[in-house]
Amino acid sequence: MNPPILVVDDLAVGFTTRAGADARVLDGISIDLAQGEVLGLAGESGCGKSTLLYAMMGFLKPGLRLIGGAARYHGRALFSMSEADLDAVRGGTIALVPQNAGQSLTPTIRVGEQIGESLDLHTSLVGPARHERILGLIADVRLPDPAVIARRYPHELSGGQQQRIAVAMALAGDPDVLLLDEPTTGLDVTTQLHILDLLRDLRAAKGMAMVCVSHDLGVIAHLADRVAIMYAGAIVEARGVDAVLARPAHPYTQGLLASIPRLGTGRIPAAIPGRPPAPGTDRPGCRYAERCPRADERCTRLPPVLEPLPGEPEGRAACHHAEPRGLDAWPGDAVSGAVKDGAIVLDIRDLAVSYGKRGLLGGPMPAKAVDGVTVSLRRGEVLGLVGESGSGKSTILRAITGLWPASGGAIVFDGAIVLDRPAARRERDVLRRVQLVFQNPDASLNPRHTIAEILAQPLGLYFGLGGVAAEARAADLLRSVRLDATYLRRYPGQLSGGEKQRVAIARAFAAEPDLILCDEVTSALDVSVQASVLGLLRDLTVERGVACILVSHDLAVVRALADRIVVLHRGRIAEIGTAADICDRPSQTYTRALVAAVLEPEPGARGLRAHV
Amino acid sequence: MIRLVLRRLGSSLVTLLIVSVVIFVAVEVLPGDACTAYLGRAAKDPTILAACRENRGLSTPAIVRWVDWAAGFVQGDLGVSMKRNKPIADLVGWRFRNTVVLALTASLVGIPLALVLGVMAGLARDRPLDIALSSGAIFAMTIPDFVSATVLILVFAIGLGWTNGVVTVSANAPILDLMSNTVLPTVALTLVMVAHILRLVRTSVIDTLQSDFVTMARLKGVPFRRIVWRHVLPNSLLPSINLIGLTIAWLLGGVVVTETVFNYPGIGRLSVDAVSDRDLPLVQTIALLLASVYIGVNLLADLLALALNPRLRTYRA
Repeated sequence: MNPPILVVDDLAVGFTTRAGADARVLDGISIDLAQGEVLGLAGESGCGKSTLLYAMMGFLKPGLRLIGGAARYHGRALFSMSEADLDAVRGGTIALVPQNAGQSLTPTIRVGEQIGESLDLHTSLVGPARHERILGLIADVRLPDPAVIARRYPHELSGGQQQRIAVAMALAGDPDVLLLDEPTTGLDVTTQLHILDLLRDLRAAKGMAMVCVSHDLGVIAHLADRVAIMYAGAIVEARGVDAVLARPAHPYTQGLLASIPRLGTGRIPAAIPGRPPAPGTDRPGCRYAERCPRADERCTRLPPVLEPLPGEPEGRAACHHAEPRGLDAWPGDAVSGAVKDGAIVLDIRDLAVSYGKRGLLGGPMPAKAVDGVTVSLRRGEVLGLVGESGSGKSTILRAITGLWPASGGAIVFDGAIVLDRPAARRERDVLRRVQLVFQNPDASLNPRHTIAEILAQPLGLYFGLGGVAAEARAADLLRSVRLDATYLRRYPGQLSGGEKQRVAIARAFAAEPDLILCDEVTSALDVSVQASVLGLLRDLTVERGVACILVSHDLAVVRALADRIVVLHRGRIAEIGTAADICDRPSQTYTRALVAAVLEPEPGARGLRAHV
Repeated sequence: MIRLVLRRLGSSLVTLLIVSVVIFVAVEVLPGDACTAYLGRAAKDPTILAACRENRGLSTPAIVRWVDWAAGFVQGDLGVSMKRNKPIADLVGWRFRNTVVLALTASLVGIPLALVLGVMAGLARDRPLDIALSSGAIFAMTIPDFVSATVLILVFAIGLGWTNGVVTVSANAPILDLMSNTVLPTVALTLVMVAHILRLVRTSVIDTLQSDFVTMARLKGVPFRRIVWRHVLPNSLLPSINLIGLTIAWLLGGVVVTETVFNYPGIGRLSVDAVSDRDLPLVQTIALLLASVYIGVNLLADLLALALNPRLRTYRA
């Protein structure tokens, strides 16, 4: 193995709580990065993976401070360097590709100039040579027409193009360490695959070392040689990526892998119960103990240390019960056959929807966001809508709910009711029978209402329930989403993301709907929580015979829950079929591309390339 | 882009048209008319009242008079004042020039000062400099302008004797004579406008400093000074263009209280006089004139913001 160029040694980072105590966001982190190696950092939100990544370039977000340990680059302690020395390293030999490139590019400067700024800071190129280099870098990240792109402002580029510019900017200083913060999050699956290909080729061409942070183990599987799994501010397992994916050793890693929906099985994945401890929580033993199926008395008393696994000196895990195990030991629930009594709940015929309107002077008719979509849905059936951004998935939901008018075709509900009026002019009973759950519960739940008030609204509006009766019903609803009645008095801000989404689902079911529309309901959630929400949705639709439309960009999520899947491409149906047919035997080119672009956290994925 | 400009221009014209109707109707619905208002007790004499009405053409229908008035306004014929019995254009002309002189002086001093102090406060967030500037701004905002104007006169004119307390030159004095009289009014106006702009710029600088692109600039090794000039300032000053436009419009709209306290012969004082003389044609015309200035300056500010902000300029639907 090559000598390490970046060494993190017993690093502890934290903030001071209002009570004046230290709350550690990172604790006892030790990890090396070898020349030319790709290290993945994975874990759920709040585990400290991004903080660790930024610490690797000597940067801590405002409010955080170094408590102990060091990060050394070629032996130089980054946290002891002067600002001027750090400026020379950052963007030069250690470069960052940020999360969300769209917001990380300065909106008032042309992207070519932003790359040029990095060249000014870290190279001596001037004049035509500098210009050539800018265009060369843009070409290196495989953007067409570099001269045109260079003159664009960030907002004139698509998400994938912005991400490539961010990569080009990072390459400008010819770095030997590239730090990637969720490099593909928020991009469409096919774009994601292209970016990963690009990064792999760059690594092969330039021999750069990379550290890649991702919540998505599929991305890590496709890029990294080695992975460090983090939990609550510590590394719990650090091994070769294939070893971790095939035979995870730490119970948390095992739980994490079991909670990821797989395209190949169509099972509801197994959730991890509970939630991680907040930073600063005092605990004598293992930080995972209270959620761990294998925890015993020793785990609650003695904190495990990250130590080599028996027979695997390169791999380390922090667990008293560390034991590499195959994943088959943790099967998820198979989808039980839902009762479909045959009655058609929703019948969409030749639906067309356009955005925008013709200009005053009669310009061209705007392009249709949805065109010629025909599909029907039976009681108890879950229909998945998949496609890339702009494919018209959410537009169809907006047309059904009356938030945006259809420009052609018809939507017939329950055999007789034509849903053509805007939501504000629909009969209350029709509104009640079609409910919507939004992507982001932070935005869809009023932060100033208690959970009881939130659930009382549909109960009062549709059933005239109030007072004690509403409260009793609200408690029932909470139980059905597996939260107890103590939540009634809480505010959304006191709940975790998964709990909030369950409240949002409970609110939708409070109306006793016949059709429930779920718009990316799990994409803001961590996988371990996503699994529990998927299980919940499955149980509720089966129990109550409610039909459900599930919109998601994630084919594996849809596979886990849906009976049938509609693949949308540029507003039209590319393919429609049973979940198994679409995922296992796609017949259309576009569907095949979409299926091929799903990154599964399987061992041996690094060699695979996009064939899109 | 051109369509956008035309649309803004069109909507400004429509706004102005509506304003002219509102002003005209507001005067029409008052009890009595321009003559009864102006004549007061003398209106009890039917011959005087009839003569006045005949003279002012009040017997024609309101809609005809509105068209005459609005069309005259567009052609520069602003009508005739009742009290002074002179063309309103002559009355307004000099005073409006004086108001422009004061507004320009105050803008040239106040706007750069406000921007610099606002940026300094934002960069020094929560440090002593910021706390001093921010609390000073709140202080300046809360003191009524007649109080600050009076205190200024008391201290600098009466106490220290550095400058005149009130303006003593006539409305049509040469600009240079006027300028020497504008020091205290300028200071009084600057206090208020600096306070407002400073607070907006400070907030905007703080927001921009926390943005992802500034963090990214730091992490690509851009030195702090350069981050401020290239990445922070262009993005944080853009939102202040509209407030600056509003401020200039406010200054041009006749700063009534300040002009009155300093006896400054500007449009603000003229409007106060017109109201106390119950000279309704003059009131009406000044109101429409100020509305035009207000709408015009805001339109310019919007177009400037549009031209300077690439996100608006090159927006592609």
